[in-house]
Amino acid sequence: MIKAILIFNNHGKPRLSKFYEHYNEDTEQQIIRETFHLVSKRDENVCNFLEGGLLIGGLDYKLIYRHYATLYFVFCVDSSESELGILDLIQVFVETLDKCFENVCELDLIFHVDKVHHILAEMVMGGMVLETNMNEIITQVDAQNKMEKSEAGIAGAPARAVSAVKNMNLPEMPKNINIGDISIK
Amino acid sequence: MAFSEHWHIRTFPFSLGPDPSFSVSCYHNEEVDMTKSQLRMPAPIRLRELIRTIRTARTQAEEREMIQKECAAIRSSFREEDNTYRCRNVAKLLYMHMLGYPAHFGQLECLKLIASQKFTDKRIGYLGAMLLLDERQDVHLLMTNCIKNDLNHSTQYVQGLALCTLGCMGSSEMCRDLAGEVEKLLKTSNSYLRKKAALCAVHVIRKVPELMEMFLPATKNLLSEKNHGVLHTSVVLLTEMCERSPDMLTHFRKLVPQLVRILKNLIMSGYSPEHDVSGISDPFLQVRILRLLRILGKNDDDSSEAMNDILAQVATNTETSKNVGNAILYETVLTIMDIKSESGLRVLAINILGRFLLNNDKNIRYVALTSLLKTVQTDHNAVQRHRSTIVDCLKDLDVSIKRRAMELSFALVNGNNIRGMMKELLYFLDSCDPEFKADCASGVFLAAEKYAPSKRWHIDTIMRVLTTAGSYVRDDSVPNLIQLITNSVEMHAYTVQRLYKALLDDISQQPLVQVASWCIGEYGDLLVSGQCEEEEPIQVTEDEVLDVLEGLLVSNLSTPVTRGYSLTAIMKLSTRFSSVNRIKKVVSIYGSSIDVELQQRAVEYNALFKKYDHMRPALLERMPIMEKTASNGPTEIVQTNGETEPSTVEAKHPPPVTQPTNQANDLLDLLGGNDVVPVIQTTIPTKPASAGGELLDLLGDLSLSGGPAPAPPPSVPTSQPPFLLDGLTSQPLFNDIAAAGIPSMIAYNKNGLKIDFTFERANPNPNIAVITIHATNSTEAEMTDFVFQAAVPKTFQLQLLSPSSNVVPALNQGTVTQVIRVLNPQKQQLRMRIKLTYTHKGSAVQDLAEVNNFPPQSWQ
Repeated sequence: MIKAILIFNNHGKPRLSKFYEHYNEDTEQQIIRETFHLVSKRDENVCNFLEGGLLIGGLDYKLIYRHYATLYFVFCVDSSESELGILDLIQVFVETLDKCFENVCELDLIFHVDKVHHILAEMVMGGMVLETNMNEIITQVDAQNKMEKSEAGIAGAPARAVSAVKNMNLPEMPKNINIGDISIK
Repeated sequence: MAFSEHWHIRTFPFSLGPDPSFSVSCYHNEEVDMTKSQLRMPAPIRLRELIRTIRTARTQAEEREMIQKECAAIRSSFREEDNTYRCRNVAKLLYMHMLGYPAHFGQLECLKLIASQKFTDKRIGYLGAMLLLDERQDVHLLMTNCIKNDLNHSTQYVQGLALCTLGCMGSSEMCRDLAGEVEKLLKTSNSYLRKKAALCAVHVIRKVPELMEMFLPATKNLLSEKNHGVLHTSVVLLTEMCERSPDMLTHFRKLVPQLVRILKNLIMSGYSPEHDVSGISDPFLQVRILRLLRILGKNDDDSSEAMNDILAQVATNTETSKNVGNAILYETVLTIMDIKSESGLRVLAINILGRFLLNNDKNIRYVALTSLLKTVQTDHNAVQRHRSTIVDCLKDLDVSIKRRAMELSFALVNGNNIRGMMKELLYFLDSCDPEFKADCASGVFLAAEKYAPSKRWHIDTIMRVLTTAGSYVRDDSVPNLIQLITNSVEMHAYTVQRLYKALLDDISQQPLVQVASWCIGEYGDLLVSGQCEEEEPIQVTEDEVLDVLEGLLVSNLSTPVTRGYSLTAIMKLSTRFSSVNRIKKVVSIYGSSIDVELQQRAVEYNALFKKYDHMRPALLERMPIMEKTASNGPTEIVQTNGETEPSTVEAKHPPPVTQPTNQANDLLDLLGGNDVVPVIQTTIPTKPASAGGELLDLLGDLSLSGGPAPAPPPSVPTSQPPFLLDGLTSQPLFNDIAAAGIPSMIAYNKNGLKIDFTFERANPNPNIAVITIHATNSTEAEMTDFVFQAAVPKTFQLQLLSPSSNVVPALNQGTVTQVIRVLNPQKQQLRMRIKLTYTHKGSAVQDLAEVNNFPPQSWQ
């Protein structure tokens, strides 16, 4: 079973945290920090598996992660999941995000955390893999977005929202925000 | 961040045309129809504006301040029961929650959103419920009815949300209430709902195992489904059911041909764009099916037979240039190793792993090591062929690979390769990160004990470990080494000389210092006489030796335990050396030590010099050879020098009356002379079971720790004085005497709680099995109010003695033990149901389990 799915950037800032077991807020943050600490000190050319930290379940658990440009995608799983399979799952997740956001970048995840959650909910449910077919995931997410849209009747905000995102003159706007090469190694 | 800036009264853009850039839709669309609220108060800022503001914060404090302000605004908006903006506010709260700020005050608002008619509201409401609500709080029960309604909703997406939430955070009460709805949806023809229902059913079963049978009828048609999502989740559901109940496992074995067919279709079918991942058709489903096959084929000849062919096909046909292919291959190998497969297939599997070991991809090497580790027990020789590759992995830079390689290397050590392997492993121990040292050291000890080619080699190896990684070794390695040294009589002179030299070099490694002190105390005469045959003898005088030991007593590096060892060693030397006066002086100085333990020992030794001088030579005689009783392997109770924990455990429930003799007898055997007993008894009638017992215990003194007046040895009552031999041999060693021959077993291992059973058969009445349970807890929080209950069929009689404690400490830092006696006059196969209740992280946990796999020796 998947115990937690975490996304954070190279500085350890959380971009998504989804726990399939309940922890209080402090523990969740501690886990994120610990995981970041464990994962970030690893070289690029080492394997993508790590025996779990102390906080999240101990030795039976593994951290399986992939690093894309500015973001770490970390899945914490127990022994009932295939290590290599989870690596592929992360890849499917990222490719799905890429399709949904059209060249996904860190900013997309920052401003659309909820959307990322909705996409994830079509892929993983209750810590178990629900769907791995990318097209199916996207179709279902789109259909639900359409429902939201139709409820609002008309939409004044989106156009402005898009321009707002695009034109944000943030001083710390990351230079390299593309997730980059996501092709499977 | 003043909210007044966000007064935006606007004309309503009712005439918006289609907008191509709409892909960013969120919940900022509620601006429509909000004239009223806008007149009352400023509209709360939007999620994206909040995020943008937060991102401008330059310091943590600034960020905190912004968030506090926003939270205040959100709270007041909640108070006003503002329906328009609730959704937006909850979305903002979820963002803050992710950043680590408290957001629980939004819990009720999530419930309100769920109850709303709008999909937008429901979607955020359910998301919030999954993130913010806790099944340990009763609030979540308020959701039950909403979920029930939504499960029967006419829109599949609303049903989907409800299923997803229930499957993520449904408590057992909720699951009980809603299982019927889930079961209905599991039979629907809508694949979107069906796959979610299947996973929801898994969650329900995990929470309330009794409900499993309810889903059995619905599983009939699951595998004939065409949709891969449904197939995938169905396989997950079947796996869960098989793992939970042996009956289900037998029932589902008939599905093997069907699973084989699905797998065959997957590998034979050509390219299908829908399921293709890097050129392989739905690897995820293949992996799941292989896992289920593994469970079904385990210990079952027919099922294994039925899947042999397909496994061979997968193993040979899978394209391995990409990770996906290797994932399938890896799973196939594990399945082949776990089921009763043909020998040819097993060879094929091991060879695949051998190829994996040479792969450039570190991930593949890692899983190869992991799976070789799993198979090394069953196919030892096959794995042995890859030994050199495995040893090479010890030098890998990657800690994950290094750890696996280390574990596997230890598993490969045998009598033939011990010297070579140990050289590599000791080299590894020298250079590895501190996190590896403890495991590596105990691995070396175990391997050396099992396969040591000679005693001298054994002693050298252990000393090498103590000098290089002394502070990382387990505490019981000191008594183990002492025992080993005592038993190798011909090595005494050599050992004491080596240890003395080591002591001159370095007195910071405490375990080494303790062993050295002990040996110098025992064999000081050999050291001074310089009669070592194995090595060039060294010339030392009695005074030099005493200098070193006294140095230990005053050194800042010494722990209290080490000082105790050292004082006792000095005391022992009073019968081996001629400089008795000097020793008397040292001992009397420590009569006023501020360390209570040391003081007590010194006072006792003083008394020996004065009142009981005639007894002293007999008391301080050399320790007799300790009989090798059982493996010194990792015992469940981790002892620390001088701590009382294990002894209190033992003391609270003495071993059953039926075998009062063996423990006490063995102890007495070790003592050699019984005549000393009464004297000491009257001298020091204090401190029963105190941690201090161990120092004099080293002298081999039986009744030091008080207790009832000792009778002659054979009738020593069961109130065996704790700590009798602590510091020399660990308590479990003696329990092992009786347990010899009956393997222990793991009765329960779930949620971090592990319960081991160890067995003894009572001698006078072989119909009684004495089972000791050992409960350990690997989670980070302790388990309180721990109650273990057991029930057996009517043909047995069961007696449960009181447990050692009702708190299981966290992180395996202690054990709760409890003794069960089972009377089994008909010698039937033992079966037991156990019930466990405890409180973990504030919530009560209860679980039932059935234990069937008792080793035959425990009941036959």
